[in-house]
Amino acid sequence: MTSREELLYTREHEWLAIEGDVATVGITSYAAEKLGDVVFVDLPKVGTTTTYMKICGEIESTKSVGELYAPVDGEVVATNDAVVGKPELINQDAFGAGWLLKIRFTQLPELLSQEQYAKLTDEG
Amino acid sequence: MNEQALKTTPLFDRHVAANAAFTDFGGWNMPVRYTSDLAEHAAVRNTAGLFDISHMAEFFISGIDSRAFLDYALVGVASEIGTLRAKYSLIVEASGGIIDDLIVYRLEQDSFLIIANAGNRAAVLSALAERAANFEVTLEDASDRLALLAIQGPRAVGILAMLTDAPLGDLKYYSIFESMVLSHHAYLARTGYTGEDGFEILVANEHAVEIWDALLKAGEPLGLISAGYASRDTLRLEAGMPLYGSELSRETSPYSAGLGRVVRLEHDFVGVESLTSYAATEPKRKLVGLSGEGRRAARAHYELFASETSQDSIGEITTGALSPTLGYPIAMAYVDSSAAELGTQIWADVRGSRQLMHVVSLPFYKRAK
Repeated sequence: MTSREELLYTREHEWLAIEGDVATVGITSYAAEKLGDVVFVDLPKVGTTTTYMKICGEIESTKSVGELYAPVDGEVVATNDAVVGKPELINQDAFGAGWLLKIRFTQLPELLSQEQYAKLTDEG
Repeated sequence: MNEQALKTTPLFDRHVAANAAFTDFGGWNMPVRYTSDLAEHAAVRNTAGLFDISHMAEFFISGIDSRAFLDYALVGVASEIGTLRAKYSLIVEASGGIIDDLIVYRLEQDSFLIIANAGNRAAVLSALAERAANFEVTLEDASDRLALLAIQGPRAVGILAMLTDAPLGDLKYYSIFESMVLSHHAYLARTGYTGEDGFEILVANEHAVEIWDALLKAGEPLGLISAGYASRDTLRLEAGMPLYGSELSRETSPYSAGLGRVVRLEHDFVGVESLTSYAATEPKRKLVGLSGEGRRAARAHYELFASETSQDSIGEITTGALSPTLGYPIAMAYVDSSAAELGTQIWADVRGSRQLMHVVSLPFYKRAK
């Protein structure tokens, strides 16, 4: 189980938990709070190819629609059915039960450490 | 960089202390939410919510010609409003375009209060002042000295009753009463913009914080929470109420907006000739209610089509959201009159994918009696 400190982050407010060649991906609680109550999540199907920083899904709140950017090149190997059925899990537990998808990646791009991400959100 | 300072209400510090998220609402720094849009919306439907709407405009009209003046200035017949009663009305240009929608309250035989939208304050004042030229009336813009709080929900009246001796139970919906709240003079209007029962409390700026705090304290055990503008928008959408700037504008006539019922063509008023012509012809587009399936809401400005593949737009959404109370997408939209009949299938372009909706009657939600 990856601890909060070991997570990597993107500038688009996503977190990644790396285990071998699979990354579990979600959005941060900072992003979830900015979005407000999440009411609908659109995730790519298992087997979809993802391209780094290309939109691969949507996270919709009562007031706005947030794009989900693929944080890595790879293939979707799992999606979180629980969050599709209960989108509010993202607001309740963005780093845990609110995870979105798992991607088998070919290589990791440059990602932010927790410290770097914290700086980003302090400035935000 | 925009250096223009946003205006704030007397309750601003309270919203900051409550960790509200803010938004620029027509030049005012207003709370968009305190905790969660859905929780605030649910509170208004199930218990009670408290809104700060102090940015709104208030005009007092008095004098011997008050009745005749307002009959001339507005599309309705204000002189027919019973004393201490209220009516929703419109002020239109001579060409028939809507300057604002507003509520007229009759305080006494020759004394009225108009509450108008904050964003239209200057326009409404200017139109009223111009139209008052030949009438013996006094027109006062009291907006800067008054705060306005709205407590709405099934428990709202009971909570307010703890702070006033006014006979709230005797006051019909759409009436007004002058009384004291916590020993301060206040107008209590049984009106609102949520589809629930409740009151709007008009009080001098200097008493707003005390009354806000007292309402929240008294109401807390009953489930009262402060509610922001995000929930206010989904509540009024469910109640089928138009918003100036979304459904209403200078380019809309009352007839395309479904507000023909508030226009009284048999009396003389500014705009009567134009509206008489409009009333005689079918509007090109009409405001309708739409309801959909699933969880993906068609939102403001999304285009509407007659089929899944057609490229010819037949209309546009003005306000749309996933209804928190009903659980499915709802929207108000202007559509070609030929597509405005109840039951008509309409396809909304939701960010590239077509979602099926049907024309339904408004309101989407009606409170239990």
